[in-house]
Amino acid sequence: MANEYIIREKYLVIANDFNAAGDASASIKTTLKKIGVNSALVRRISIAAYEAELNIAIHSEGGEMVLLMNKEDIILQANDHGPGIPDVSLAMKEGYSTAPETARMLGFGAGMGLPNMKRCASDFQITSEVGKGTNIQMVFKVA
Amino acid sequence: MNIGDIREYLGAEVLCGQDGMETEILSACGSDLMSDVLAFVKEKTVLLTGLTNPHVIRTAEMLDVSLIVFVRGKYPSDDILEMAKERGIAIFRTEMTLFEACGVLYTHGLRGGRHKIGE
Repeated sequence: MANEYIIREKYLVIANDFNAAGDASASIKTTLKKIGVNSALVRRISIAAYEAELNIAIHSEGGEMVLLMNKEDIILQANDHGPGIPDVSLAMKEGYSTAPETARMLGFGAGMGLPNMKRCASDFQITSEVGKGTNIQMVFKVA
Repeated sequence: MNIGDIREYLGAEVLCGQDGMETEILSACGSDLMSDVLAFVKEKTVLLTGLTNPHVIRTAEMLDVSLIVFVRGKYPSDDILEMAKERGIAIFRTEMTLFEACGVLYTHGLRGGRHKIGE
């Protein structure tokens, strides 16, 4: 069904680059607004995208964000190259964070990111393998 | 309540967004923790914060926040003001603490969102 996507965009996210973190999410937001997605949904997707992008910048060795859209769904994927999350269920708990001081000084690392992404999306899937990386897929119903 | 009312109640200095004084504000969020702001903020919200880094503007952008009030007399850098202008976000500055500024707006009838996004 991959050929049915009417939008397919990919953005690189660089580890520890806090100046650029947010650029991908801003582009995603612009794209969604341009094609006329309703503003409440754009907001939810933008929040989830920004949380995911910050997570890649703060916690990973680098990764990418992918935006896909077909007639029914908008799909947002956040994939990184490691180091992976040892205990995903612990990472999903509100308030649990392993963020370094550099992220906390910017107002992040409160342990809200993953649960917030899950709340924003219609469907949220996370898989992670230590030494390999983390893959998140969020589905947002358009209709 | 509109943005102009908030300027008056907080005795705030307008750093950018002079043209948007009629914009309606329905709720407020006071926090230095952007993680929490991202989880709670609703539409037509004013964000009050003592944190002055570019991610405050980024956070506001993602949430469609139309006004940021920097508390405790803090001045954001020119870069941050430029980012806000590009995104059409108004920026105020007040000498009040976060507690005081929130209290004043609450007294005038503004309320916060207690529910997280999606709840």
